[in-house]
Amino acid sequence: MVQKLEFLKETPSQTAGPYVHIGCTPNFCGIAGVYEADLGVAMVNEKTLGERITIRGRVFDGTGTPLRDALLEIWQADSNGLYNSPSELRGAADPNFTGWGRCPTNMETGEFVFETVKPGLVPFNDGRSMAPHVSVWIVARGINIGLQTRIYFDDEEAANAQDPILMRIEHKNRVPTLVAKREGSAFVFDIHLQGDNETIFFDV
Amino acid sequence: MSNKKLETGAFFQRDRQWHPPAYTPDYKTSVVRSPQRALLSFDNTLSEITGPVFGHSILGELDNDLIHNFAKPGQSAIGQRIIVHGRVIDERGKGVAGALLEFWQANAGGRYRHKREGYVAALDPNFGGCGRTITDEEGYYRFRTVKPGAYPWPNGVNDWRPAHIHFSVFGHGFVQRLITQMYFEGDPMIWNCPIVRSIPDKAAIEQLVAALDMNNTIPMDARAYKFDIVLRGRRSTLFENRVEGN
Repeated sequence: MVQKLEFLKETPSQTAGPYVHIGCTPNFCGIAGVYEADLGVAMVNEKTLGERITIRGRVFDGTGTPLRDALLEIWQADSNGLYNSPSELRGAADPNFTGWGRCPTNMETGEFVFETVKPGLVPFNDGRSMAPHVSVWIVARGINIGLQTRIYFDDEEAANAQDPILMRIEHKNRVPTLVAKREGSAFVFDIHLQGDNETIFFDV
Repeated sequence: MSNKKLETGAFFQRDRQWHPPAYTPDYKTSVVRSPQRALLSFDNTLSEITGPVFGHSILGELDNDLIHNFAKPGQSAIGQRIIVHGRVIDERGKGVAGALLEFWQANAGGRYRHKREGYVAALDPNFGGCGRTITDEEGYYRFRTVKPGAYPWPNGVNDWRPAHIHFSVFGHGFVQRLITQMYFEGDPMIWNCPIVRSIPDKAAIEQLVAALDMNNTIPMDARAYKFDIVLRGRRSTLFENRVEGN
């Protein structure tokens, strides 16, 4: 016999269900007075450094219908490429930027909106730079385990071309599913859970 | 919050045979909401290893008391009073300090306080259904609430959810993010439920069933259930594969 490896199993995921708002954004669904404000609503304040951007979009199911009961969270570096996290050892991130945001999709239109800043470059594990990107986590009724993806930006063509994650995608025609398109002052990032334009989701 | 020895390693890979798969047709909504292509795998980068950590300053005094946090002064929610407590640990068995937990549930009659919910069971005017807390230095947490009721849902003709409490958990890295559901020991509805059965392994389902814990009850007040939560462990950063001189 060899020595035994003692590891526990991760608690299995379950769907967030249709009433995820009650726990995660109670004010959004009309439960007032328990929390002052819903967590993750404000990522920036007037002192936040960097280029202000809006990211908006919708999440579509396999029939092309937008999800009106999804919840998205994003996580990103500040404008200098530093994360506001205890695991960030390279320096102090902008104290006026949380790096984390949470937004339920609109109950009528299905739209989500994040007011944030354009993230800086973050190093890949071998020292190369990753193109500016925002990590995304999506939960909803019908989604058994949260879906992870990234938002890249269509005005970062040169950086995107050198991005170590984008470069390793075999089916190049799927790369655009990870790239938000500038429309006026906003970047639009639509997510397709299933079908022809299916967004690339990660196992990370 | 304080993560005694600061850890920056990548997280253990998720065992996706243990978690429910995306496509579980008996849970009908999953049919059009499940990706069909393979997931793209890559080792954690800084973007995955880091994550938001929340301080106790975000918490209000009654955030972990669902019996009172929505109730009118002097009143309380109706139902079986329970304490839910446990520990958030990682796959190595280490306590996860400073983990934010958010929970939500129906009231004692199985009714959610939500615009979209139309079940005939009545709302409880003193019950909102949301709460949150942050684990202590060893990873322990607790809250009190009323035991939620089972409720019917439009999946099969006669499908009922077992009594459950939803949990949202933050660890220290964004890819530890987890949403799950806690069930109650002895509930026969657990084994009929298509959402529970989206999990293929019986042992994995049992990991979601909280045990009745009579040792932690408050006599003449509330019973207790114990529910431990395991988040992804992380590798030690023994050697890093950085390019020389970088």
